[in-house]
Amino acid sequence: MLEQLKRILVIVGHYGSGKTNLAVNLAMDFRKAGKEVALADLDIVNPYFRSADFTGLLEENGIEMIAPPYARTNLDIPALTARLDAVLDTDRQIVIDVGGDDAGAAALGRYSAAIQEAGGCDMLYVVNGYRYLTRTAAEASSLLSEIQNASRLEATAVVNNSNLGELTTPQVIADKLLFAQETAACYGLPLLFTAVPEEFSGEVRSMIPDSEVYPVRVYVKKPWEV
Amino acid sequence: MKGNEALAEAALQAGCHHFFGYPITPQTEVAAYMSKRMPKVGGTYLQAESEVAAINMVYGAASAGVRAMTSSSSPGISLKSEGISYLAGCDLPCLIVNVQRGGPGLGGIQPSQADYWQATRAPGHGDLHILVFAPSSIQEMVDMVFEAFELADTYRMPAMLFADGMLGQMMEPISFPEKQVKPFDKFSWAACGHQGKRKHNVINSLYLKPDELEQTVLERFKRYEIVKEKHTQWEEYLLEDAEYVVVAYGATSRIVRSAINTAREQGIKVGLIRPKTIWPYPTEAISKAADTAKAFLCVEMSMGQMLDDVRLAVNGKAPVAFFGHTGGIVPTPNEVLDEIRKLAGGDR
Repeated sequence: MLEQLKRILVIVGHYGSGKTNLAVNLAMDFRKAGKEVALADLDIVNPYFRSADFTGLLEENGIEMIAPPYARTNLDIPALTARLDAVLDTDRQIVIDVGGDDAGAAALGRYSAAIQEAGGCDMLYVVNGYRYLTRTAAEASSLLSEIQNASRLEATAVVNNSNLGELTTPQVIADKLLFAQETAACYGLPLLFTAVPEEFSGEVRSMIPDSEVYPVRVYVKKPWEV
Repeated sequence: MKGNEALAEAALQAGCHHFFGYPITPQTEVAAYMSKRMPKVGGTYLQAESEVAAINMVYGAASAGVRAMTSSSSPGISLKSEGISYLAGCDLPCLIVNVQRGGPGLGGIQPSQADYWQATRAPGHGDLHILVFAPSSIQEMVDMVFEAFELADTYRMPAMLFADGMLGQMMEPISFPEKQVKPFDKFSWAACGHQGKRKHNVINSLYLKPDELEQTVLERFKRYEIVKEKHTQWEEYLLEDAEYVVVAYGATSRIVRSAINTAREQGIKVGLIRPKTIWPYPTEAISKAADTAKAFLCVEMSMGQMLDDVRLAVNGKAPVAFFGHTGGIVPTPNEVLDEIRKLAGGDR
């Protein structure tokens, strides 16, 4: 499934929908498949819980981390790095982790022309059907329209990342398949996959046999969960 | 939900339809959320020109008898302190949210608990207290927002939700309480129009005669005693047989709890007292634990501020150690475990 995706892969969605965890997993899997990979943290609206937190892990695995110059410092200015333009211009696989909502997607808009010139992208809209205010397909698709306007790019697929944090069970995930399918249908988009913590992937596969399951490792944790 | 959004939604559901704020990391999502949702419930969202303006708008709205709130992070709370004092001096209910970050000065944007002294000792000038709730989960943030508004109205005093950047930014599953918000009749004191049915109500904190001012403050402090007696809240964890007691609140208490679980596996009899209100403070619970405990450890994301209250409560009955980080560094469970082991003699 990953091999069908374009070289430039953009992850957008609501705050806390699980974009960062998905982006780190995708970057790691592209790397395991033998590709040269860069992960760009384009989040300039969120101070914590972001891709730049995983710089060490990514670099150990030979993945280039591209982050705003002041990410994870106390200088909360929305500065972007020129390095992203440079990497867009290469033939490397790049995963772009965008900030939440339309506010976060505004930074992506800055790169829309460069992305089109570089051959376009796949833009995955990550949804969590348990998130307040994106619990119905109508709500989730209305947020996507705001994100598309701000980013000046169009989503090419929806990803179901429905979960309830530490209360997640296989059933919790499977219950939101229909929601994700309906959200995708609002825009005539495919539902690319349902992201599932690896320990549940077998069980969820048997619950939703006709739908793609993408096993993920949970990297984004709270200080007391480490 | 994300902590900042959850507390904002809780305030809306608690009937707060007047929000006045100013952006600052790491609480900006509170204002952003309110700006989106408030028009849909027919309320007033106003981004003020400064924190000083925002708290004074709360002062005005609270005077008119409506539920009003503001939110900020540490440097912004300092700016609000004059207004908080006026609100307390006029016996006005409101909610102030502090999603703390590192200080002093502009400090940093990472989580911190270094505003404890400010919240409990001097949220503003003068003889005053405000209710201070210290949640440790997002569910508790939601529940405490409802409670804060209710107690603020009941005792006519400002309440603070005392969170930190970690709680504001993290995600947790929550549910909103399905309860009807009690309508408070503020007609007898609020400046909301007398309708020819009563004398003018005056909202004022200036007293021309010193004895009148003293009398007003004395009456207010009698009310504070009732609050202390009825509304001090804390949680005890594995305390029954504990030889060693850790005191921690907020996000830090979650880290401590994780360390305590590991210490228990290693045979160390350690428990936790977690203040859920830091004013009023659970002095008696700690004092009682000090009758049997061998030693205490206070853990905070500060240089040791709540430590003062722990020492006052222990009152020399047992040694009190401290461990903390400041400037936005979050302690790890392993660091806390090391401190617990040291407390237990290091021979376990």
